[in-house]
Formats: sequence, C-alpha cells, structure tokens
Amino acid sequence: MIKLKINGAVARADVDPATPLLYVLRDDLGLHAAKFGCGLGQCGSCTVLVDDRPVFACLLPVGAIGTRAVTTVEGLGTAEAPGTVQRAFLDEQAGQCGYCIPGMIARAEGLLRRTTTPTEEEVRSAMAPSLCRCGTHMRILRAVRRAAAARGGGVVDPAEPVA
Amino acid sequence: MIASRRDVLGGLVVAFSLAPAALAQTGGGEGRGGPPTVAPELPGTLAKFPDLDAWIRIAPDGRVTVFTGKVELGTGIKTAIAQLAADELDVALGRIDLITADTGLTPNEGVTAGSQTLEQSGTAVANAAANVRLLLAEAAATRWGVVATDLFTRDGEVLDGRGRRVSYADLAASLSLAVHARADVPRKRRDARRLIGRSVPRVDLPAKLTGLAAYVHDMRLPGMVHARVLRGPGSGTRGRFDFAAMARLSGVDRIVRRGTFAAIVGTREWPLERALHAAARGGWQAGPDANAPGPLPEALLRMRRESRTIEDRHDDPHAVPVRRLSARYDRPYLMHGAIGPSCAVALFENDVLTVWTHSQGVEPLRAAIAELLAMPLERVRCVHREGAGCYGHNGADDVAGDAALVAIAMPGIPVRLQWSREQEHGWEPLGPAMLAWLDASLDASGRIVAWQHQVWSNTHSTRPSAAGDLLAGQEVIPPFPATPPEPIPQPNGGGDRNAIPLYRFPNSQVVSHFLPDMPVRVSALRGLGAHLNIFALESFIDELADAAGRDPVAFRLAHLDDPRAIAVIGRAAAQFGWQHYRPSPNRGRGFAFARYKNHGAYLAVALDVEFVPDEGRLIVHRAVAAVDSGEAVNPDGIRNQVEGGIVQSLSWTAYEAAGLDGGRRTDYDWSTYPILRFGDAPRSVVIDVIDRPGAPFLGTGECAQGPTAAALANALAAATGTRSRSLPIARAGARFA
Repeated sequence: MIKLKINGAVARADVDPATPLLYVLRDDLGLHAAKFGCGLGQCGSCTVLVDDRPVFACLLPVGAIGTRAVTTVEGLGTAEAPGTVQRAFLDEQAGQCGYCIPGMIARAEGLLRRTTTPTEEEVRSAMAPSLCRCGTHMRILRAVRRAAAARGGGVVDPAEPVA
Repeated sequence: MIASRRDVLGGLVVAFSLAPAALAQTGGGEGRGGPPTVAPELPGTLAKFPDLDAWIRIAPDGRVTVFTGKVELGTGIKTAIAQLAADELDVALGRIDLITADTGLTPNEGVTAGSQTLEQSGTAVANAAANVRLLLAEAAATRWGVVATDLFTRDGEVLDGRGRRVSYADLAASLSLAVHARADVPRKRRDARRLIGRSVPRVDLPAKLTGLAAYVHDMRLPGMVHARVLRGPGSGTRGRFDFAAMARLSGVDRIVRRGTFAAIVGTREWPLERALHAAARGGWQAGPDANAPGPLPEALLRMRRESRTIEDRHDDPHAVPVRRLSARYDRPYLMHGAIGPSCAVALFENDVLTVWTHSQGVEPLRAAIAELLAMPLERVRCVHREGAGCYGHNGADDVAGDAALVAIAMPGIPVRLQWSREQEHGWEPLGPAMLAWLDASLDASGRIVAWQHQVWSNTHSTRPSAAGDLLAGQEVIPPFPATPPEPIPQPNGGGDRNAIPLYRFPNSQVVSHFLPDMPVRVSALRGLGAHLNIFALESFIDELADAAGRDPVAFRLAHLDDPRAIAVIGRAAAQFGWQHYRPSPNRGRGFAFARYKNHGAYLAVALDVEFVPDEGRLIVHRAVAAVDSGEAVNPDGIRNQVEGGIVQSLSWTAYEAAGLDGGRRTDYDWSTYPILRFGDAPRSVVIDVIDRPGAPFLGTGECAQGPTAAALANALAAATGTRSRSLPIARAGARFA
C-alpha cells in the first residue's frame, strides 16, 4: 500500500511502487487533470507539482515520492472557485482543445511559487518543456503574465502588454 | 421520426436514419456520402433535416436542448452554436444543453472538417431557433387572441408589454416542433442581439482547466477494462508476437485476436503499457504496402498521375509578356501530432455496440464499424467525446475500430483502448507531401498577364467510409479492401485547394496532378492542399513583385478587385505599419493573403522576422493578421483560431518533416519530430477581426495555415536575400530558438 500526500490530503493506493504517478492519479484516485501524452517525459501533458516543482508524472515512480507533497490542478481550484493561475487562463481564454492546459497550469504554478517576478525569457524557458499543438502559446504566455500580476508581482520585460 | 427520437431520449436506442445515404459534399468534401438535400430552400444543414425538432427541443422545465451533428475539436464550436441558439431563441446561454454528434440523437452532418461547422450547422441552428421563437410567439398570440407581431420575447418568455407573460416551457407543452422550418422567418434584428457577435467565454474551458472529466481519455465506466492494440512499429509494418509469452505477463488478463489484429486486455493501464513494450521483442516484418517513394520531392513527379485542368482562362490574348519567371515549391509529409494519443471506449451490450470516439465523423465511422463487425447499422451507435486537438484525420477512427473489435469479444464490459505515443506517431495518416510549379509573365507595365500553376499531390482524404479504411479492417481475415482514393472536386479541392488564384490575371491555367498511388498512408491535414498552394502562390507573388520593382502589398492590391480581399490586406498592412517599416540587417517583413478555398475566410498576415546568422536562429518579432470570416459569432474565438493557426503553421513551415526510410516511418515520438516550443513562439501576435454582421458564416479554423507559411518565407527572403522554396525552412539551416 502506497501512501501519498496529494492536494493536502492523504491518499492510499494498492499498486506496484514502480507504477508511474500518472496512472495512480488517473486510474486509482480519479484525478484526471494530468493527462497521458507520451509516457516519455517529452510533452509535459502529465505535469504535476511535487514539493512545488514541476515533474513528469508519467515517469516518476509512485514509490519514489515518499512524504513529498503532490499538487495536481484539482488542488489549485475548482470550476466554481478557480485558483489564480486557473483564473488567469480563463480570463485569457487560454485553451483550444485544452488537453495540454492542466500541464501548463501546473508548470506555471511551479514557476510562480518560485518567483512572481520572472522575466519574459524565464517564463518562456520555464514553460518550454510542455508542448501545445493547437498553437495556444501566446494566450498561455499572457495568462502567466496575468497570474504573476495577480500574485502581486509581474513579468519583467513582457513581450506583449499585460492586460 | 418523432416517436423514435423520444424513444432515444428515453434511453432506448432506436435507429435514427431519416433518409438513405446519397452522395453529397460535407466537411469540405472530405466525407463521402451523407443525407440528401430535401428542402433546398432552407439554409445550412436545415436543407437536409428541415424538421425543427431535429435541432431544438424544449423540456417541461424550460431547458432547451440543441442538437448538432458537428463535433468540438477545440475550435470553440460548442460555444458558438450555443450562442446562436440562445440569442435567436431569446433564452439565457445557461439554459441551453448542447448535444454534439451522436448517431443516436443528432442530425447526420457528416464530417466536421473544412471550416464548415458554422456555415452548415451554425446556420441551421440559428434559423431553427428563429423559427421556434416565432412558433412560441404565435402560440402565445393564439392563447391571448392577439397577433404575434404585437408580442415580444425575453429570456424564455413571451410578453405582450401590458403585463401578460407566458414561459416557453408552458407554451412548448402544447406545441409540436415536429414541423418543417420556414424559409421566410427572419433572424433577430442586429440591435436586439445579446450574444451573437460577443466574445462569450468558452463553455468547455472551466471543466478542462480544473481537471473535470472532459475527454474520452477521462471516461471511466463501471467495470471498465483497459486495452492496448499490438501492431508493428509503424504504417507499412506488421508486428510479430509471441502470444503465449504475452499471455503469461502479469496484468494481461486476455488477448483478443481476429486475423492479424491483436489486443491485450487488463484491469490496469500500467501493466499493459509494460506488456506493450515487451511485445516489441517479437520484432516485425515489412507489411504488404511498404514501398519507397524515393527522394522527395522528385518522387512525386515520377508517380502515376491523373491530370485535370481546373482553370483555363484566356481573357486577354493580346497581352504582351516581357518577363517570365518560374519556380518550384514543395513540402514534405507532415504529422498531425495530437498531444494526446488516440483513444476510444466501446461497450457491446444488449446486442448494441456503443463507441465513444473523438472521430471527426461519427456517421461514416458508424458505417465502417458496422461493416467491420457485420452488424446492422441500427445496432451501432457512435457518440462523440472530445479528444486532444486532431487537425485532421489522425488515429481517432482507427482506435475506435480497434476498441470495437475488442468490445464485441467481451459483451457487457466497457473497453477503453488507448494508443501509445509511438503508435500515434507511427500509424497516424500523414499530411501528403506536395509539389507545385508556378510560371508567370509580366508585361511592360509590371502587371501579371499570364499565370500557370501545376500541383502534384496524393489524395487529401482517406477518411473512413468503409471497414477497409480502418487499420483493424485491414487486419481481420479476410481483410476488407480500402476505398480507392479520389480527388476532392473543386470548389473545395483537395491537393488543388487554393491552387486557383483569386487574383485577376487575364490569362490563367491551373493543372491538378492527382497521384492515386500512396507510397505512405496519407489523409486530411488542416487546410489540405491550401498550405502548399498558398505558400507557393503567395511566395511567387512576392518574387514577381520584386521582379516588377513593386511593393508586395501594393502589387497584390493592383491585381485584386474583391473589396473584402482588399479590406483585409489594407487592415493587416495598416495595423502592422507596413509603410513605415524600417528594415535592419538580417531583419525583414513578409506579407501574404488568401481567401481559404476561394470561398471561405479572407486572411492577410504580416510578419516581422529576424534571422540570427551565427546561431541560424529565427525570431518572429511580430505577427499581425486581419481576418474576415463573415458574421463573427464570437470574435475572440476567431482570434484564438487564427493565433493558433499562425503558430502551428510557423511550426510546420519552419521545422517539420516526417522521416521516411523505404516507405516506413522513422519518427516514433517527439524527439525526432520536434514542434515549436515556447522559446520559438512569436514575441507578439495581434489579430484584427473584421465583423460582417448579416453576412454568411465563412468559417475560420484553417484560414491561417497557408498565408503564414508564405509570409514567413517572404520575410526571410527580405531579411536575408535568400528565398526558401522547399519546406521545411529549417532544412536550409534556419531554425527557431
């Protein structure tokens, strides 16, 4: 039995400790925000936070997490009461098919927990591990800039004016 | 028909087929068959399904259910169609329940493709809603003994302005919507509209952004099992498997085999993923269709071809050409590259097979699956559930066929079958490689007086219409034959989409060389042939402008007489600051324009691009586009699509080429098929939407692909003096970030 700290609560799953976290989230705990994209750590659709740092849940064996806190997009807010990053993504309508977006939100949350005043280049390089095929990049960048401002900071030298 | 629809809504699946299949173009010509037009006087798909209750029903509690045969692919059509229905009907957006493509419930609108959802379904829903609103007003008028024109509607009620009011729910209880729509019912007056033309937030995003189940991938039915299909590494191969060894693997509860089709089934996903990797130990052999195209693009010129002249105008035989240019442009095979691999859920229960699928065409898929399983059409139901964005025909239909074959072997048990990343890359049909050869002459005044465009291409649609079009259909024994490829005729066109210039050239000839033999599996990719044809045409216009010593924007305007084309070009150039642009070393501007399909949206785009020679790096400093999609239902939705189209086309055009070795794939994941990342995204993108209230919807989804490609090549030519005519541009040494 694996014990995990997820979104502030303790969850248990009877799985092989080698199972990547993503399968435990989706199949055992009913947390569907993190998505399967490649299983190879190449696309970022599965990104969640482990102790505030973005990780590829498709690769991380659940047995290796220990007591570290896992945060998924479900833990950041709900449709009725979205968190600041989710709110910023909604305000910018940053999504087309939306499949990559939970990974994007997790990655942006990780960045903003580290600094609320990143430079434009820091934002772009922090987001770079996550792929979007719809080309929603401009809106995602606008959402990150908006979220940084909403947290009392702001992106330095933004490439587009912040709304 | 009414009875059967009620039965369906009551949970009992009853066949919902109003008419026999007949040839009709749906989805930009990509789908075959489809219901016949029975009411040609009605607009959009109302012409095929004229009864109001095919589109709109009002429940006793006042909730309104709207039916569309189109699907949400991430383009925002759920929001736009709900806006149209709510506004024309005069109810709050939140009162609308929208049912998208479900063969048991919705009108057969063929394939969701070709940027035609609003034109076909949106037009039908808007006019059906206007009809229903009028019927409700007439019912109230009868009840009160007044004339309907003295009444008005507001937020789900009919009012007489003197204190009497009655709810739609009340009126609907005694009102049949099983009546033909009338062609003469006016749409709402523009000044009375509350939702159409407004940037209403997407109705689907809150769930997607907070982790609520939103995709077919997220479906978890009670008792559901997982499955993975066993295949060779990619199209053109056949896997070899040690099934006895596979059956012993932990987590593999069952192996379902039909001919060479095989799938492993278990209750947990991760053991199946491991088993899938273990299965590769058996190796593979070349499949029956593996044949090498030879080096591109020359291989295209050597293939068997069927040539058609699709434009041949000689309006000015007296023109005197003084300078002639010709150039050749080509693109490689491209991948759709959905971020989520294809997935489907299927359940065979009570003799009915239900397949939840992210296919773009649930109706043709249903026919293909019914044939595959030798089941009557009435006992197969395909229900759309969203997937990751597809941008055309990817693995969505194939995986639905796979899931169906497994489910039929396991009655009563829901089966969720998901491809691996490697399978999606290895088996999805590619966007076809293409080659275009252009030749034109200028007269002494610098006008283009003669034009020739020839294009060589495979088919742009192998979308399934029969069992043999699904991978599983080719693996059962005996295998089903694939539907022979056919060119998509003009005015939509396939390989020749947008090959006919919109410019007014006095003499013009366009020849479409259709290549029926496919060395690799190909099908529809966003924009079909428009990407390469517009890249070629709009690059060549710049080359001619340069030869004539004219400004590229002024040169385009001098050859156009369509006022809406002139308007988008003017707007994009003005917003970009084209006239005041100052080039600097290794930095230049590029422009391009097209009207998608020559009858869809108008789009003009200007790019400001820098080439960093030491690093071989491209920086798109600014992209500015103007778009006219007709009446804008949701301007921000249009901006979202065009922004995305620009970014995606930059990725295709600058980087992408599917690797082939002897006709077989060499790309199985993102490591060898890189796509644009955040560091490569433009610094800034601005989209100007030109709204045309009252004008027909022209669609938006695909209009940016071609112009962006040409604008990039034109900007690079301006920045560096070197022109890229062979895609991807990165092959010549330039790359982003």
